[in-house]
Amino acid sequence: MATVAELPRETQTFKTVRTPDAAPRPVKVKGEDVKVFYGAKQALFGVSIDIPDRAVTAFIGPSGCGKSTFLRCINRMNDTIAGARVEGKITLDNRDIYDPDLDVVELRARVGMVFQKPNPFPKSIFDNVAYGPKIHGLAKSKADLEEIVSSSLQKASLWNEVKDRLQEPGTGLSGGQQQRLCIARAIAVSPDVILMDEPCSALDPIATAKVEELIDELRANYTIIIVTHSMQQAARVSQRTAFFHLGVLVEEGPTDHIFTNPIEKRTQDYITGRFG
Amino acid sequence: MSDISLRGPVEWSSETAVARRKSRYAADRRLQFYGIAAITTAIGLLGLLIVSLASTGYLAFVQTKVTLDFPIRAEWVKAEDPAAGNYRNVVRQALLDIFPEVTTPPDQRKLGEIITNNAQFMVRDAVLANPSVIGGTLTLTVPSSDPFDQLNKGAISRDVPENQRRVTDQQIAWFDRLVEQDRVAAPFNWELVTNADSRFPELAGLAGAITGSFYALLVCFVLSFPIGIAAAIYLEEFAPKNRWTDLIEVNINNLAAVPSIVFGLLGLAVFLNFFGLPRSAPLVGGMVLALMTLPTMIIVTRASLKAVPPSIREAALGMGASKHQVIMHHVLPLALPGILTGTIIGLAQALGETAPLLLIGMNAFITSPPGGLLEASTALPTQIFIWADSPERGFVSRTSAAILVLLGFLIVMNGIAVFLRQRLERTW
Repeated sequence: MATVAELPRETQTFKTVRTPDAAPRPVKVKGEDVKVFYGAKQALFGVSIDIPDRAVTAFIGPSGCGKSTFLRCINRMNDTIAGARVEGKITLDNRDIYDPDLDVVELRARVGMVFQKPNPFPKSIFDNVAYGPKIHGLAKSKADLEEIVSSSLQKASLWNEVKDRLQEPGTGLSGGQQQRLCIARAIAVSPDVILMDEPCSALDPIATAKVEELIDELRANYTIIIVTHSMQQAARVSQRTAFFHLGVLVEEGPTDHIFTNPIEKRTQDYITGRFG
Repeated sequence: MSDISLRGPVEWSSETAVARRKSRYAADRRLQFYGIAAITTAIGLLGLLIVSLASTGYLAFVQTKVTLDFPIRAEWVKAEDPAAGNYRNVVRQALLDIFPEVTTPPDQRKLGEIITNNAQFMVRDAVLANPSVIGGTLTLTVPSSDPFDQLNKGAISRDVPENQRRVTDQQIAWFDRLVEQDRVAAPFNWELVTNADSRFPELAGLAGAITGSFYALLVCFVLSFPIGIAAAIYLEEFAPKNRWTDLIEVNINNLAAVPSIVFGLLGLAVFLNFFGLPRSAPLVGGMVLALMTLPTMIIVTRASLKAVPPSIREAALGMGASKHQVIMHHVLPLALPGILTGTIIGLAQALGETAPLLLIGMNAFITSPPGGLLEASTALPTQIFIWADSPERGFVSRTSAAILVLLGFLIVMNGIAVFLRQRLERTW
């Protein structure tokens, strides 16, 4: 009898072990049987997940497991990669984001993104934060724009450090400050969801702590999805955790449950450091 | 795992190991030496070129001039129509006043050869500008003719037998008398850049060629800059990667390697014969140069666009910027220093291009700078070509001087490119 592992992966269906929250939150983003192909290579094998509103969901898993791929489906950044193809359905507030009628520019305004390496624009700190509101026409006046910039920088806990040098280039800040500037830039357009793709992997421990603290504060107002290689970080900042392995969502559930009492053996092996 | 046997410790100080290291260092030194030798050769050859140009060209940067008192007699120049005066007599008389002993017409003609053939027109222009001198004397400095210019600069030797040089002993004696009277000077030759071409070397200048080159480059820039950038943006940012775009890409790369004379033939066949545009015009020259520069522009612009880090594009896309906004707000400003550098280097290349301009007739003999894009003109490299072909002694040094002027423009343009790159380059 052929075991499951011997069949071609493309023909298999994979089961995800789910543990619901004790007090379920409303669903913000929902993935249903999402498959992603890069040319002929399949990167995701039918991922289904409910991501709760106003909470931090962490995606963990070894390199190449598809967690970043899934994250980049949520704001359709995969569209920019030649040969990438997405099957299945992802909804934001019950609306299919791959619907041909949906405006991808609007989607990306509603789903902000913070990248692995801090990538401020080579412009002033002010212009970095003001860019989103400007292109989306969110500010009615110059004073309004200044108000958005200052409140975004305050929400990103960067205001006190940069308020006297808003006209200096954003690239002149330290790595941790740059990443918080990128977060301020993302929240300046008042998104519903913020995607973070390993936001602390290029930062030192002190800057990491600051960003983690910030993520914790932001969850009161935003749905946050964070991809991380650090299990400690996932444990510290997230309420729910999803474990990906080889393009499959293996297990997802409340963070403390995943880290203390995982059901799947692979999850257990990964979080105890047996592979990864 | 037990079958892996450890090898013994390495003898790092053994004789063979020391010898190995020694030969490695020797190889390092050899490589360094080859590099230095190559650079020295290159700089040496460049230096040789500059020295040989400068040693012949410097003569053209000064011009021997003779100051004479021209008697503007009322019998020759009528006050009511000074333009029609007999200025030939005025010029002859000015010389005869100094050399009254010259009486026979052949000798008088020989005497007249000392100063430029166009002296009569210069006197006429001076009189027209100031008619009050009619009836009096006009003191004017005019260029000497080319043989005496060369004599004064030492390019014609007095030791050569008389029948082997362009000036006779008698003429040298006359010229020396002028020198004794302090009438001969050799000031800086501004006419080299203010005069247009002439049959007489002492009068020939680069004004026409510089103006023609300027117009042609202007046309070249106006055409190739926007077309090149637009094509590069489409190919780099919008075009799907398929067989057609691959084909276009290969063809653009091939076009960059097409000999420039082929573009000249194209210009002759299409712009002149088919569209009937005027010959020798800077407009056509610029269009042909634009065709030639376009592939370079596209390649340079694409390289600059490619060099913009993807993180900046992602950041902008992630903010919800549209493709147009990503390109116009972020990618293009960051690529601009590279694009400008490439543009200036492309234009510098176009400035020095000769072959296509020869085919569309920009090597004509034209004695006034072009007044517009459609007027016949030469360009700097074609002017050099014309002068290099001219037999007069004075054109030898003027050719070198023109090359130096062209090189000067090229150095300035490359300097601007370096300046722009350093000034505009932003770090991220």
